[in-house]
Amino acid sequence: MLLVPCPHCGPMNAGDLTYNGESHRRPDPKTCTPKEWRTYLYLRENPSGWLLENWYCSSGCRKHFKIERHTLTGELRAPVLPGRKPGATQGDMK
Amino acid sequence: MSYRLPAPLGNAIDRSSAISFTWNGKKLKGFEGDTIASALLANGEHILGRSMKYHRPRGVLTADFWDPNTTVQVDDEPNVRASHRKLADGMAVSAQNVWPSLKFDVKAANGLVGRFLTAGFYYKTFMKPAKLWPTYEHVLAKFAPGGAVDLNTPHGRYDKRYAHPDVVVAGGGPSGMAAALAAAEAGSSVMLVEHEHQLGGHLLWGSDDDQVAATELAASCEAAGVEILSNSTVAGRYEDNWISISQRNHPGVIERLIKARAKTLVVAAGTIERPYVFQGNDLPGVMTSGGAQRLIRMYGVKPGTRAVVFTANESGDSAVEALQSAGISIARVVDARSGEGITSASGSKSRVKRVTLSDGATVDCDLLVTAVGWTTPTSLLNMAGDRPVYDADAARFFPAGPPDNVLATGGMVGDGSRNELIAHGRATGELAAGRAVVVRHRIQAATARATPVDGQEPDYPADERTPLDRARHPEVYRSTTHGIVDYSEDVSSKDLFSAAGEGFDSVELIKRFTTATMGPSQGKLETVNTVAMLAEARNETIAEVGTTMWRPPYAPISLGALAGRINEPTRVSVLQSWHEANGATPILAGQWVRPEHYGDPAAEVLNTRTNVGIIDVTPLGKLDLQGPDVPKLLSLLYTNKWMALPIGGVRYGLMCAEDGVVLDDGVTARLDEEHYLMTTTSSGAAKIWHWIEMWLQTEHPDWQVHVTPVTTGLTSINIAGPNSRELLGRLTDDIDLDPDAFPYMNVRRGTIAGVENCIAWRIGFTGELSYEIHVPSGHAVHVWGQLLEQGADLGVKAFGLEAQRIMRLEKGHFIVGQDTDGLSKAPVTGLNPLLKLDKDDWAGMPEVAWTIESGDHPVIVACQPDNGSVVPEEAAQILRAGTTEIVGRITSSRMSPTLNRSICLAQVTKEFATPGTSLEVLLVSGERITATVQEHHAHFDPEGARLRG
Repeated sequence: MLLVPCPHCGPMNAGDLTYNGESHRRPDPKTCTPKEWRTYLYLRENPSGWLLENWYCSSGCRKHFKIERHTLTGELRAPVLPGRKPGATQGDMK
Repeated sequence: MSYRLPAPLGNAIDRSSAISFTWNGKKLKGFEGDTIASALLANGEHILGRSMKYHRPRGVLTADFWDPNTTVQVDDEPNVRASHRKLADGMAVSAQNVWPSLKFDVKAANGLVGRFLTAGFYYKTFMKPAKLWPTYEHVLAKFAPGGAVDLNTPHGRYDKRYAHPDVVVAGGGPSGMAAALAAAEAGSSVMLVEHEHQLGGHLLWGSDDDQVAATELAASCEAAGVEILSNSTVAGRYEDNWISISQRNHPGVIERLIKARAKTLVVAAGTIERPYVFQGNDLPGVMTSGGAQRLIRMYGVKPGTRAVVFTANESGDSAVEALQSAGISIARVVDARSGEGITSASGSKSRVKRVTLSDGATVDCDLLVTAVGWTTPTSLLNMAGDRPVYDADAARFFPAGPPDNVLATGGMVGDGSRNELIAHGRATGELAAGRAVVVRHRIQAATARATPVDGQEPDYPADERTPLDRARHPEVYRSTTHGIVDYSEDVSSKDLFSAAGEGFDSVELIKRFTTATMGPSQGKLETVNTVAMLAEARNETIAEVGTTMWRPPYAPISLGALAGRINEPTRVSVLQSWHEANGATPILAGQWVRPEHYGDPAAEVLNTRTNVGIIDVTPLGKLDLQGPDVPKLLSLLYTNKWMALPIGGVRYGLMCAEDGVVLDDGVTARLDEEHYLMTTTSSGAAKIWHWIEMWLQTEHPDWQVHVTPVTTGLTSINIAGPNSRELLGRLTDDIDLDPDAFPYMNVRRGTIAGVENCIAWRIGFTGELSYEIHVPSGHAVHVWGQLLEQGADLGVKAFGLEAQRIMRLEKGHFIVGQDTDGLSKAPVTGLNPLLKLDKDDWAGMPEVAWTIESGDHPVIVACQPDNGSVVPEEAAQILRAGTTEIVGRITSSRMSPTLNRSICLAQVTKEFATPGTSLEVLLVSGERITATVQEHHAHFDPEGARLRG
């Protein structure tokens, strides 16, 4: 089982977290087309490589956080997000 | 005659403790420490089972966990490994896969027609015609191997454990013990896992010095605080060293699954001796050199009287010494290193009698011992991503290089004397401990709430171990004849050659086609021989063929261990003891144990409608919301408007998921300027809490809202019925219950039965005048008791969930998840006035808007069967009259005690939703009845006069 580093609780068993899937932008509900909305609801990139994901520390601190995971190697790294300093990874547990 | 050898041979058995057991009904004796197989051999019983396809007699081959043909039935437990399971007093052991008896087996005729049972026989023969499959299945099932399952066997006790050791060592031979000891001495917490019953590995059947060294190392491990798990198997290694361990020796449970998160994993699984492929290699009396030595030195059992030894290595030489020490005469030593060989063994049905050598000579014997080389069980390394590489000079596979947090030691990586193996193990243990320290530092540093780490991260120790040498070994896989490759699946080298001839050129494919390596030993004995046969058949090298992918589990785990103990946690309200004492029939609703009724739900309904009833509704999800931005949050999550809810107001709201499907519903009250109390459905409490957190944290982190779940902190009691105002009035002084001061859909806070900080709101799921009170749970028993005491003359009685469900159905209130499902978008509910499309945003709004625009959705309607005595089953289909076209279904149905007739809610297509429409309902019995769509959802008091009074 993957160890996923919660920014607050540290490395957690993936099973103790809730996986909320690929990170995606929510379209403006007032102006979006059905295609845009359903892409947001159902369609995922599912790349072979780095993927920005949403995780929820549901059995721990209840923080929602994003992490980048390499779908081929299982490697994890902290994403560079707006308003956050690029820097050390959130923890390389290997 | 007894085949038991005198002491000191037999270091695993205790001759002072005799054990009685039966074998196919016959009374036999063994000793404490015997395996079932060693005890049987000591009694001269050398046929332990019959092979899967050909029903050939089979005996002990390896005398350890992997022994392929010694599975037996023990009491009501099938498929027990006789060469591993320790004998216990009173065991009733019997052979399985035999009929009518072990010695005379009718199915052995399969052996005569063996050529029809070659690889792919089942695939090819039973393909067509498909309609005959049931017949084929019926006949083949009788020929399937395995013991008898007793369906009346009581539930066994299994368990799980979670562990966080620094180092897990898989394998308790000299290198594994040395690694565990060194890691423990370096300060690591260590689990040492050995799948046999005692630590020692090959030292246990080695020289006297070896046996002493094994005992000393095991004692040192114990003294150093190593947690020793014997008769346990490291079954799998997953991401980030998540290790599954099947523990078979934990007291009180049959098997325990340990899930360990190790910082470093040391794999010291040793090597497994390969059988040799030649004609007659499965005769009882043919065994590996390790098997013979284990029987003699560990169990004090004489495996034969006159032996031929075919050896290509030191293990064969050592076996010769062991045989001599047991007084077995050595008829011939055939040495592969000087070009000698054997071509076949023959015998009676039950035992080897003669061996033919490569030079044509024949030697009589009743025991043939082979020592032809080793398989490296790299399974755990494979699971860590390692792809082993074949070394032709050493005639075995070696790991290519596992990841940094997995270290291999011992026979898996090379050969050496006992002291060299121990030295390599020690170096590995020290390295494992050093790396574990760094991993621990990283985990602690990455955990904000952990104790801050001291200083800099230590250097990650480099691997500076002196590698073990690889002993040269001749490649000895198959003679000039064909023999069995997979003993448990009855696959011969001939099968593999013919499959290769048919074009199966990949080892992964040939494995699946022939089932070689797919039996209970999971390829431990068979994989490399399979690869070697394919290489030979295709005239390739073993390195070119490569090996199969070894996946978890390393050894089979029982399903019971995977399931663990039966443990379904339930929740109860603080009033549960009162419910139980007062005759409540319990019902499990989600996780909650609730009173379904107290004897007569219909009477409870009538009493509530006539007098007053109280119900414990604590499971109702309750979320305390505080902060200036709560109205924004409510507007986002509910479909209706919330910006202008006054203090003291209560409002109903419907929630949708982003796909427009109804997610939950409930009422929310504004208690104060920035303080709200939200209720959710009982089953939705946790889900909605997560839902709120997600919106607040991801889409609107700037909003100031605090969410606190208070579901069990407040005990909720609904007081319903015409006398409810009078009853509550007797218990409170500071809440003005006058209908003008406290109208419907309002909330007040005050003191109830002397308990401060209670919340009361006027809402009505039952359709009666009712007050729902939320009481701090510590005082709930008192308040409940006061309601019953003070209301005795008002006719107050408790009512259960069933009465509430009847009353809500009489009022036509839908239940999320009962009357809606995963396809029910909000307009299905018919609550269109609450779907405010003029708001800027709410969860699911676009889908709801498009659904309303298209008009293409079913709707919930109330309907009544024309024959009021018939209650259609919930989920009964509604059909277009006279056809089988489904146009809807009954979602809720009950007999109404108030109306004295059956009533329903249903989902139907719009065509059938108009009041007065006749519906045709198909009952489970097959009968069709008619029902009529009602004007209102409420069957009773549609104007709500009682509620608002």
